[in-house]
Amino acid sequence: MYYLWVFLIGGAICAIGELLIIKTNITSARILVTFVLVGVLLEAFGIFDPIAEFARAGVNVPIVGFGASLAKGAIGAVKSRGLIGAFTGGLEATAAGIAAAVGFAFLFGLIFHSRTKK
Amino acid sequence: MDEKKRNEAYNKYVKAKIPKTRPWPSLFNSFWIGGLICCLGQGINDLILLWFPNMAEQTAWAYTLIVLIFLASFLTGIGVYDRIGKFAGGGTIVPITGFSNSITSPALEFKHEGIIYGLCVKMFTIAGPVIVVGIVSSILVGLVYLFI
Repeated sequence: MYYLWVFLIGGAICAIGELLIIKTNITSARILVTFVLVGVLLEAFGIFDPIAEFARAGVNVPIVGFGASLAKGAIGAVKSRGLIGAFTGGLEATAAGIAAAVGFAFLFGLIFHSRTKK
Repeated sequence: MDEKKRNEAYNKYVKAKIPKTRPWPSLFNSFWIGGLICCLGQGINDLILLWFPNMAEQTAWAYTLIVLIFLASFLTGIGVYDRIGKFAGGGTIVPITGFSNSITSPALEFKHEGIIYGLCVKMFTIAGPVIVVGIVSSILVGLVYLFI
């Protein structure tokens, strides 16, 4: 039944994003930046993990999860390796996502042609 | 007509021309489509853990995100994602699929300016700030945790 939580919480986070768009005419870049920051802060204050326990993909799939794993990576690496961890931890934890996004964008960018502007 | 009046008239004109999105339907659409994308992610994650029961939870999540990013990038390439996005708004922007879309979409659009200066540079018009803010804040969080 945890799919219900995934759906409700994931949906609610997206609806908050949409609400911001409607109310402030904010651009999608700002939306993404805001939600990443929210994720970093939630993780830094230890609020993210208790939510993620029952919301699972509901908070991990939205971009707040990306922010949270950046912070989680940095915190974990600092604890195990000290100062260098603050610089390596964040990207280490999110490397898969960033590499996949850039890699697939490059691949499909080469293969396909823009359909929106013709 | 002085400048101030002209600007006021122009702003009024722009306001009248901006397409009005009715808030409730668009909120509802982004809610259920965003929720559905998250459920898809949960489904992929459950399948991965079913097939590879020994995989670490974090690795399974990384694979889940890679699959979602792949799907979104592909759907952007064939022009489907943006069509869903017109309807779902925040529901397609906020999930990690929206991040993927924000990289693939300008890559496609600016390809005609060349592979390096078009595709490779413009790829990061939206993702760039996201990555910069993410990295800077994660360094700060790491430094804070170093001293507490």
